[in-house]
Amino acid sequence: MLRFIIRRLLLLIPILIGVSIVSFLMVHLIPGDPARILAGQNATPEDVLAIRERFGLDKPLTIQYFMFMKALISGNVKSLRTEKNVMEEILPRFLNTLQLSLVSIIISATMGIFFGIIAGVKRNTWVDNLVMGFSLFGVSMPVFWLGILLMLIFAVKLGWLPAGGKGTWKHIILPAITLGMATSAIIARMTRANILQVFHQDYIRTAYAFGISERKIIYKYVLKNALIPIVTVVGLQFGYLLGGAVLTESVFGWPGVGRLIADSIFTRDYTLIQVGVMFIAVIFVLINLLVDFTYAILDPRIRYGQG
Amino acid sequence: MVRGDSLMKTANLEITNVIWKRIKKNRMAQVGAYLTIFFIIIAIFAPIISPYDPTEQHFEDSLQGPSWKHFFGTDIYGRDVFSRVIYGARTSLKIAAIAVSISLIIGSLLGAIAGFFGRFIDEIIMRFFDILLAFPSILLAIAIMTILGAGDKNLIIALAVYSIPQFARIARSSVLSVKRNEYIDAARAIGEGPWSILFRYIIPNSFAPVLVQASMRMATAILGISGLGFLGLGVKPPTPEWGTDLSLALTYLYVAPHLGIFPGLAIFLVVMGFNYLGDGLNDALNPRLKDR
Repeated sequence: MLRFIIRRLLLLIPILIGVSIVSFLMVHLIPGDPARILAGQNATPEDVLAIRERFGLDKPLTIQYFMFMKALISGNVKSLRTEKNVMEEILPRFLNTLQLSLVSIIISATMGIFFGIIAGVKRNTWVDNLVMGFSLFGVSMPVFWLGILLMLIFAVKLGWLPAGGKGTWKHIILPAITLGMATSAIIARMTRANILQVFHQDYIRTAYAFGISERKIIYKYVLKNALIPIVTVVGLQFGYLLGGAVLTESVFGWPGVGRLIADSIFTRDYTLIQVGVMFIAVIFVLINLLVDFTYAILDPRIRYGQG
Repeated sequence: MVRGDSLMKTANLEITNVIWKRIKKNRMAQVGAYLTIFFIIIAIFAPIISPYDPTEQHFEDSLQGPSWKHFFGTDIYGRDVFSRVIYGARTSLKIAAIAVSISLIIGSLLGAIAGFFGRFIDEIIMRFFDILLAFPSILLAIAIMTILGAGDKNLIIALAVYSIPQFARIARSSVLSVKRNEYIDAARAIGEGPWSILFRYIIPNSFAPVLVQASMRMATAILGISGLGFLGLGVKPPTPEWGTDLSLALTYLYVAPHLGIFPGLAIFLVVMGFNYLGDGLNDALNPRLKDR
C-alpha cells in the first residue's frame, strides 16, 4: 500500500509541473498587451512602459515563468487589476464554490444511488426504463438552461426561492440542484451498471441456489459489492462539480471561483486567471488522487494490479 | 491479398447490416437517430424553413410573446426567435461536427499509435494528455477562447483540444485489446510492417468504441458551444447561436420568459438525440452488455 501511495505521489510531480506550464503559457498567448490594458485608455507610452517593467512583462517568457513560479511558491503573486494577493481573492471565492459543490454532491449522490439501486434491482422493467430514460435526460440538459427553467418556475412564477445571489440557505437550493443534475444521472447509471454486474457473479448464483431470499441477497451481497466503485464515481464527480461550476455560478450570480475566473478573462487579469485555473486543476488532480487511494483501501486488488 | 480484401469488405458489410438491425430493434437508439436526423435536416434547410432573416432587427416588435406572426416570439432587438432557433441548429451542428471530426482523427490516431507502439511513445503521448485532462474541460475551453477570441474557427480549436485526449484514451484501450488477436500475429508473420498492420487491421477493427464516443462527443461539443456562448465566448454576434441567445434571455427573464425556453429546448433535444444514439450504438456494438 505504501509503495502504491509513493508511486502515485511521484507521478503527481510531472503532472503538476505540466499543469503550471500549460496554465502559464495559455495566459501568455492572449492577444492584446496587458500593460496597455492595465494602464488604461488615456495612458502615455511611458506609463505603459513603467507598468510593463514593474510586472516583469518585458522579460523573456522562460524568465517570466520562473519569476511567476517563485512568486507563487513564496505566496505573493498579485492580481494585475486589484494588486491584491491572488490567493486572497481566490480562496474566499473557492470556499463559496466548495460550499455549493458539497451541497450539490450530497443531493446528487443520494438521488443517484437511490434511483440507481431501484433501476438495478428492478432491471428491465418499466421502473428501470423510466429511471434510465430520465438519467439520459439529466445528462443532456444544458446546466444553464436547467438553471433558467428552475429560476422561471421557482423564482419568477412561484416566488418561493430567490433567483440568485448568496445569502440564506434558500439561495443555495436552485444552484445546487442545477449543478448536480447531470451528476446524479451519471451516478444513477453507474450504480445500476455495477449492480447488474454483481448480479452476474457466480457467488450470487450460488446464493440463489442455496435458496436465500432475494431480498437478503440484494441487501447483503449485491449492494455491498456494487457500491464500492460508486465511491470512485462520487469522488470524481465531486472534482468535476468544482471545476464545472462556472456556468451554474454565472446563471445564479453565485460568487464562486469559476465566476471569478470568467470575470477576470474580460478584464485580462492574467495572474488571477493563471493561478485560478491552476488552483482548480491542482485541486482536481488531488481529489482524483484521494479517490484512487480510497478505492485502493476499499478494494485491495487495485493496488496489487498497479504495484 | 486482393481476395483477402474483398472478403474483409463482405464481412464489413455484414457487420454493418447486423448493427443496423440491432439499432432498429433498440427504441432509444431509434429516437436518438430520428432526433439527430431531424436537426440535421433543419440545419440544412434553415433558409427555406425560417420565415425571417435571423439577424434582421425590428425594434417596433421588440420582446413580443409567441404569436402566429412569430411562433417563438421576438427578442429585445425584435428578431424572430423561431428563425434564430432554426439557424442556431446550423451554427451548432456545423461547428460541433468539424470539431469532433478533427479530434476524432487526431485523437484516435495518436491513441492508436500510443497503444500499438507502447513503451516511451505511449508514455509521452498519454502523459501529455493526462496534463490536458487535469484541467476541467470548460475552464480549458474558456481559457483557449479568451486567448484566441470569439469566432467559429477558434471555437472549433477550443472544443477539439479537450476532445482529443478523450478519443486518444478510447482508441488506445481499444487498440490494446485488438492487438492481442491472433490475426495480428498472422499479419506480422507474413511480413507486414508495423504501420501497415496499424492502418489495415488494427484501426479498422478498433473503430467501434470510437464511433460510440463520436456520437457522445457531438453531444458534449454542442453543450460546450452553447456553454461558451452563454458566457459570451462563443460565435461572433449577431450569428444565431442557442447559448448566446439564452444569456440574452437571462437579462429579460421577468419581462419575456418565453426567451428562456426555446433555444434551451433545442440544445436539450439535439444533445439528447446524440446521447441516445451513442447509447444505442454502444448496445448494438457490444451485444454482450445488453442483457446486463
